[in-house]
Amino acid sequence: MDKMPKWADVVLIPLISLILAAALSALVILAIGEDPVAAVKLMVNGALGSTYGWGYTLYYATNFMFTGLAVAVAFHARMFNIGGEGQAMLGGLGVALMCLYIPWPHWSLALIGATGLAALFGAAWAAIPAWLQAKRGSHIVITTIMFNFIAAAVLNYVLVNLMRPKGSMDPATARFPGAVHLPTLHELLAPIGLNFSKAAPANVSLLVAVAACILVWLLIWRTRLGYEIRAYGHSETGALYAGISPVRITMIAMLISGGLAGMMAINNVMGEAERLVLNATEGAGFIGIAVALMGRSHPFGVFLAAILFGFLYQGGAELALWTTIPRELIVVIQALVILFTGALDNMVRMPLEKLFLALRKEKQA
Amino acid sequence: MTGTSPAIELRGISKAFGPVQANKDISIRVMPGTIHGIIGENGAGKSTLMSILYGFYKADAGEVFIRGQKTEIPDSQAAIAAGIGMVFQHFKLVENFTVLENVVLGAEQGRLLRPSLARARKILSDLAAEYELNVDPDARIDRIGVGMQQRVEILKALYRQADILILDEPTGVLTPAEADHLFRILDNLRAEGKTIILITHKLREIMEITDTVSVMRRGEMTATVKTADTNPEELAELMVGRKVLLRVDKVPAKPGKTVLEVQNLRVRDHQGVERVKGIDLTVRAGEILGIAGVAGNGQSELLEVLGGMRPGAGDVTLNGAPLPLEGRGSDGQSRRAAGISHVPEDRQREGLIMEFHAWENTAFGYHHDPVYQRGRLLMNNAALQRDTQAKMDKFDVRPPDPWLTAKNFSGGNQQKIVEAREIERGPDLLLVGQPTRGVDIGAIEFIHRQIVTLRDQGAAILLVSVELDEILSLSDRIAVMFDGRMMGERLPDQTDETELGLLMAGVSGKAA
Repeated sequence: MDKMPKWADVVLIPLISLILAAALSALVILAIGEDPVAAVKLMVNGALGSTYGWGYTLYYATNFMFTGLAVAVAFHARMFNIGGEGQAMLGGLGVALMCLYIPWPHWSLALIGATGLAALFGAAWAAIPAWLQAKRGSHIVITTIMFNFIAAAVLNYVLVNLMRPKGSMDPATARFPGAVHLPTLHELLAPIGLNFSKAAPANVSLLVAVAACILVWLLIWRTRLGYEIRAYGHSETGALYAGISPVRITMIAMLISGGLAGMMAINNVMGEAERLVLNATEGAGFIGIAVALMGRSHPFGVFLAAILFGFLYQGGAELALWTTIPRELIVVIQALVILFTGALDNMVRMPLEKLFLALRKEKQA
Repeated sequence: MTGTSPAIELRGISKAFGPVQANKDISIRVMPGTIHGIIGENGAGKSTLMSILYGFYKADAGEVFIRGQKTEIPDSQAAIAAGIGMVFQHFKLVENFTVLENVVLGAEQGRLLRPSLARARKILSDLAAEYELNVDPDARIDRIGVGMQQRVEILKALYRQADILILDEPTGVLTPAEADHLFRILDNLRAEGKTIILITHKLREIMEITDTVSVMRRGEMTATVKTADTNPEELAELMVGRKVLLRVDKVPAKPGKTVLEVQNLRVRDHQGVERVKGIDLTVRAGEILGIAGVAGNGQSELLEVLGGMRPGAGDVTLNGAPLPLEGRGSDGQSRRAAGISHVPEDRQREGLIMEFHAWENTAFGYHHDPVYQRGRLLMNNAALQRDTQAKMDKFDVRPPDPWLTAKNFSGGNQQKIVEAREIERGPDLLLVGQPTRGVDIGAIEFIHRQIVTLRDQGAAILLVSVELDEILSLSDRIAVMFDGRMMGERLPDQTDETELGLLMAGVSGKAA
């Protein structure tokens, strides 16, 4: 017998957690002498009040969908891939190589090529920790964290010594050619008569991210491979009994995970910056962990959580721009959301389960 | 009060977990100096009742009287203070502490350990002399056998001056000889005026040692009778609510060609310790070979190697073809392809994914079966659900709902899901480990019948069980394992529990 209805599990608990996080954030804002109501208004207006705001919210959300899915897939195999950040950096390298060195006739072909190489690079970067875990038992959390640092160093070396245009003082690649420019939402929506902000960076990658959500859902719940991944994730001895190779599942799950993280680069590198800079990922790999936690590792949950974090990112930026609330406070608010939705899950869950049990008993009596 | 008041009296105890009424208005009186058995199927509410008595759960209604005094037991500390000691089914000992340290743990006097230990050593030697509770106080827990460990648990309770002892399924892990010793200890304790509550599902033990017995069914106390006035058949009927066949009904085996041949099989565990030390055995079509033995003597490893769960060394053939024991072709998938089905010993950790729906579990291990595929990539969930429904109906799984997750079925029904999956494959060889561990009497009867039916259809069956009754009633031949070796083979109608018990303890019996 399940303790409570499914809707309570997937909707009510995250909602209550969010409200708690918001309430605590309001107290913090009050404590530094600002008006929480005004702050919320500013955040909502800044992130959702205009197509410009939406454009940024969705741009961030696209990043988080990719990294959130990456963490979610690995988590179904009970592995904690903390390395989304590094895998996304390597993905950026893949995108830059594709865009700079191949003369693409059309952006759509370039997108396919760049997505492929970004996924390949991300997967390759995840493959080493995965292999060490599968064969040597080196804990994936430790190795993926270390690989984040190595990725940053590799990127630094490549940008400074190999890919930096002659004479440039900026550790970044040259600007990508115009042919690989990805259409923004403005350009996509204009033909059907919708006027979307020109300045916002949200682009066609959003559609790729949504497609990835659907594909991951299919993979996890409809394919044999997904079945094996979930079985392995729930019980390693069970997997052994069923003849599911732990080595194979560890490798495949991490390759898919790393590939998804790497694919993020089509949004931030190809879609937005149109060149590869240092620290292009801006922590999106880590936000992906929170997104996956909050989304309960379900692709639809990841989709919603990514939009929420996109909102927090964009709203937070607005807040820092227009008030004296320091930028750091935004990080505090985001941390509170992660804390309540991820770490303090049971704090909300337990009383709620009791409540539902009591309600059910009453109904029976 | 007139005469002696009961050592324990429960009045109207009720406890519900959500919609499940685990205990319903239970009243019971246990007189001092007696052994009182509580018997019932899994999920009948025995453990819940004892957990209430020991302060783990709070009853929704009802009262507890200890020696005539109304007593509140909010936690186990209060239970200990009231003189109640509990010996759990799974021991709660610190593995790398000595016996003495374990006994003292939690009952130390003062900040310094030494005086407590010295005092405990004295008390232990007194207890040992008084009750035949001999244990080396300086032995480390992980170096002594389970029978000894259980004595340490009893000593722990006595050291805390318990005069009411609750034992939860105490003989599950013991050899017959160890169980006999335990009963002698309990006898001594009773003679000294201690009160003992024995929770078990084994009718034989109830008949052997208890003075009175209470039967529980579905949360209710259905009867309390003097043991002398009842018999196993009546108790079984009271437990299940209908007449039960205690013996397995089967015709003599008609063994055919050799299906499984094992020669000089050796298996090492993860730490490199040899657990199976060169055994030979054969199983022919249409017969059941039962492997008896105390848990941990290599039987599990034997099943796991044959089932493709761990590597081994030696010569194994199936229907004449060699079976790889390591590397390529030695995994569970290859075993299934070769015609081996496997009901693993631990259904919760191995045989099922507890978080999966019943229908997902029906494909577990057979998820490559073309019947379950739709196209190259997708699984045919609809076919799987139909198949599950059919299997559930045939094996009488309750509730017959393919969408229920495995963890929401009772132990017996979980076992039926696994067995439906494996037996319905119609394998050449069926490996079965502990087919009825933690399963109700009613379901045991059903499961045994299914295994015998598969045998009669010509399958070879290798049965591993720690329940001697089960081995004796199901097997056509019995092999006994001790310390990774075969102690010998017997025919079920030419041996008895005493002889098998000696073999299980590593004592070579008389020549057969």
